[in-house]
Amino acid sequence: MTRTRIVVVAVAAVATALFVAGLAGASTSSSTKAHQNQAVSGTVTFDGIWTSSSGQVQFQDVINAFEKLYPKVHVQYKPVGNNLPTVLTTAVAGGHPPDMADIAQPGTIAQFAKEGKLKPITYAKSTMAKYFAPAWASLGTFSGKLYALPFKAANKSVVWYNVPAFKAAGVTPPKTFAQLLKDAQTIKSSGTPAYSIGGSDGWTLTDMFENIYLRTFGAAKYDQLSQHKIKWTDPSVTTALKTMAKIVGDTSNIYGGTSGALQYGFNDSVTHAFSSPAKAAMVFEADFVGGVITSSTKAKAKTGFNTFTWPSITPGPDASAVEIAGDLFVTFRDNPAIEAFVKYLASPQAAEIWAKQGGFGTGNHNVPASIYPDPITRATEAPILSAKSVVFDMSDNQPPAFGATTGSGEWGLFQTFLKNPKNISGIQKQLEAAAAAAYKK
Amino acid sequence: MAAPPPSGGPGRLGRYLVGAFFLAPALFMLGVWMVYPAVYTIIRSFFGPTGFVGHWVGFANYKTLFTTSTLTTAIKNNAIWVAVVPAMVTAVGLVFAVLTERIRWAVAFKTAVFLPMAISAFATGVTWRIMYQQDPGLGAINALGKTISGAFSPAGVLSTALPSTPSLQSSAGALVLKTPTHPGGVALLGLTGIAPDQVPKSSVQAVKPAPKPGDVVGTVWRDFKPGGGKAGVVETGELGLPGVTVELRSAAGKTIQSTKSKSDGTFDFAKVPAGTYTTAIGAQTFAKPFGGFAWLGPNLIVPSLLIAYIWIWAGFAMVVIGAGLAAMPRDVLEAARTDGANEWQTFRRVTVPLLMPVLSVVFITMIINVLKVFDIVYALAPESEYAKANVIALAMYFTAFQGAGNFGVGSAIAVFLFLLVIPVLALNVRRFRREA
Repeated sequence: MTRTRIVVVAVAAVATALFVAGLAGASTSSSTKAHQNQAVSGTVTFDGIWTSSSGQVQFQDVINAFEKLYPKVHVQYKPVGNNLPTVLTTAVAGGHPPDMADIAQPGTIAQFAKEGKLKPITYAKSTMAKYFAPAWASLGTFSGKLYALPFKAANKSVVWYNVPAFKAAGVTPPKTFAQLLKDAQTIKSSGTPAYSIGGSDGWTLTDMFENIYLRTFGAAKYDQLSQHKIKWTDPSVTTALKTMAKIVGDTSNIYGGTSGALQYGFNDSVTHAFSSPAKAAMVFEADFVGGVITSSTKAKAKTGFNTFTWPSITPGPDASAVEIAGDLFVTFRDNPAIEAFVKYLASPQAAEIWAKQGGFGTGNHNVPASIYPDPITRATEAPILSAKSVVFDMSDNQPPAFGATTGSGEWGLFQTFLKNPKNISGIQKQLEAAAAAAYKK
Repeated sequence: MAAPPPSGGPGRLGRYLVGAFFLAPALFMLGVWMVYPAVYTIIRSFFGPTGFVGHWVGFANYKTLFTTSTLTTAIKNNAIWVAVVPAMVTAVGLVFAVLTERIRWAVAFKTAVFLPMAISAFATGVTWRIMYQQDPGLGAINALGKTISGAFSPAGVLSTALPSTPSLQSSAGALVLKTPTHPGGVALLGLTGIAPDQVPKSSVQAVKPAPKPGDVVGTVWRDFKPGGGKAGVVETGELGLPGVTVELRSAAGKTIQSTKSKSDGTFDFAKVPAGTYTTAIGAQTFAKPFGGFAWLGPNLIVPSLLIAYIWIWAGFAMVVIGAGLAAMPRDVLEAARTDGANEWQTFRRVTVPLLMPVLSVVFITMIINVLKVFDIVYALAPESEYAKANVIALAMYFTAFQGAGNFGVGSAIAVFLFLLVIPVLALNVRRFRREA
C-alpha cells in the first residue's frame, strides 16, 4: 500500500514538476537537475545495525545530505542493533521487510536472493562501475545480478600491537610470518605473552584462519574455498591450519592460555592487549579494534597502540590482498526514491561524509585517503583503496548455518580447534561435514 | 456469575452476550498470542527452512532434532536440569524455611535469600559470569580460592620465569643447571619470561662474577634485553635478579648449601669441598599462583549454571514453603513432641508430610521453569561453550532466529518442548481441580 501511495505521489509530483518547468521555461542543465530531484518523492524505510553509540549519528548525516538533494524523499532509519539478522529474517519470513537493509553477511544475501526476496539494483551498475573497482561490484553480485552495494568496509587484514610491549621486547612490526613467529618468541622472553585472542567470539578465530589462507594461497583459491568449490578436507586447508597452529598452539604465549582465550570475547582481547602494563602484545583483528582501544583503554595512538598489515606468508601478487568485511546494502522493493538513494550511497559524496568522521572504510576510489581523520585510520583504510584484490570475510560468505551461527558450524569448530590445535585432520572432517550439510539446503 | 441481567435484557441470551463481552478481550488475546502461534508453529515444523509452498518435509525436522549432536546435547542438558534443579530448589527452600522459623534475624535473612528473585535472570547470568571468571584477579569465586590457597602455598617470586638456555632444565619444579660445576667454577643461571615490572626494584646491572678458588660462584639474571640479546651471556642492559634461592647440590642431587642472590644477581657458595656439583634454583621461586578453576570451561559450565539458577529460585521456594509452614497447625507438632518424637522425627514424619501439597507446587513450578530455561544460559555461558551448555529453548532460538534462520527445525524444537511441558501442565491442572 505504501508503494501505491508513493507511485501516485511520484506521478503527481512529476506532472507538477513538468508543468512548472514548462511555465518557467528553464533549460539550463542545473535547474533541470534540481527539478528532477524535486520529482522524486516518498519514504524509504531502512533497517541498519548502527545504534546511537555505534554510527547512527554518522549515517544520519549521510541521510540528511541526501534529503537536502531530494527534499521530497524521507529516509526513515531504524537502528536495530546486533539483532538485525534476527529481525530481518523474521520480517522477511513474515512478508513485511523494510525497503532497504544493511546486511553484513553475503551468505544471507545469497539466500534471500535465491528465494527471490530481494530486488536487483541493476540501475546502480554504471554508478558502481564509475567509483568502484570491479572486485567490489562482484562482491554485490549474486547469480549474475547486482543485488548489493558495499557501502562500508572494514579492513580485516590488520594486526594491532602494543607499542610499549614491542619496545620492551625490542622488536619492530614484522613483514613476514616467519618474522612474526620469531618476534613472538622474543616477546614471550621479555615476559609478556605475544598474543591476545578473543576465542569466545568464534569469528575472531575464523578471521585469523582466513588471513592465513589468503596469505598462503591467494585470492582465487580463497574464493573457491568460500564457495565450497574446494572441500575443507583439501590439503591447502591442512597447510593453513598447521600454520595457524603455530600461533594458537603456542599456549604459553597466549594471554590466559588456550582455556583463558576461549572465555575472553573480542572486547576482552583488546582491553587485555592495550592495558598498562600490557597483558599481551598483539591482537589479530580488523580496523574496528581502534574504536575499542580508544573507548575502553587509556592507550594513545602511536605511543600506545599501532597497526601493521597481516604479514605475508607466500610471496606473490596477492601478498597485499585485503580481506574485508562490511555492510552491504540491499533493497526489498523498487521505486524511484529507493533508486535515488542507492545511487547516492554509491557516490563518493556519501562516503566522504562518514569517512571524514572516522570509523569508516570504503572501496570507493574517488574518496581520497587524505580524508581520514588520523594517521592510524589512514593506515588501516588506505590498503582497501589500493588493494589489487579484495576478498570478503569467508565465514560471512557462506550459508549462515555454517558461517555465522554462534557455537556451531565454522565458529564453533574453530573454537574446538583452539581447544586442541593438534587434531587437524579431525577438525577438517568436521568442517567439511558441517559445510556440506549447510550447502545442501 | 450471579450478575443480574441488564435491565430490559432478553434474559438468558443477554446473559450470554454479557459473558461473551467480558470474555472477548481475554479470548482475543489468547487467540492471537497463544493459539494462533502454537498452531502455526506446529504446521511450520513440517516444512523446510525457507517457506511453505513446495517445502513439505514431513517429519524430517524432527529427525534432525534427534540426530544433530548440538540438539541432542540440549535435550540431555535439559534432562540434567530437570533431574537436579526442582529437587535442589525444593530441598534448599525447605531447609531455609524451617531454619528461618528459629533464628532471630528471620526477616533480614528471608529478604536476603529472596532478593535474587527481584533480579532478572539475565542480570543474574551476567553477574555470575563475572564471578565465575577464571582469572582470580577478575572472578570473585576464584579470588576466594586464591586467598585460601595463597595462605597455604604462596606463589613464587618469579612464577612466570623460563630458562633462557636448554642447559637449564626443569626438574621437580626447580631449574637445574645440567653442566656440572666444581669449586672455582662459575654457574650462569639465565632466566627469561619475566616482565619488566616483575623484576625486583633493588635489581641492578647483572654481573658475571670472577671465579674464586674453593668457592662456587655464579649469577641469576634476567637474560633478556630488547631484541632478545644473546642467550646464556651476561650482557650490558640485563638485570640481576636479587632474592632468588640458589641451591648447591651434590652429584647425587642432595642440596648441600643454599643461598640468596644479591642485587646484581651474584651468589657465592663459600668453602666447597672438592668434587662435582650442580647448581639449581629452588622450586619455591617458580611456585605458580592459584590459577583459578575454569568454572565457565567445558567441564564445569553445566554445574555452574545450575548453581546460579538454584541461587535465584531458592528464595521463591523458601517464601512459598514458609507460608505453608505458617499455616500449619501447631498442635500437631506439639502432640508429636509430647509423644516423645525428637526434632528430626518431627520434621521427617510430621512437618514434611503436612507440607507435601506446598512442596509439590514448588516442585512442579520448577519443572516447568526449568524445561523452558533460556535467559540465564544465554547470558552466563561464554559463546565458546554454548555447544556444551545448550538447552532446548536456547537451541530453538539459535536454530530459528540466529544465523541459520531455519524456522522448520526451530519450530520442531519448539513443538518438542511444548510436548514436554504438557504432562507437567496436565498434572498441575488436575491438582488445581482437586483442590477446588
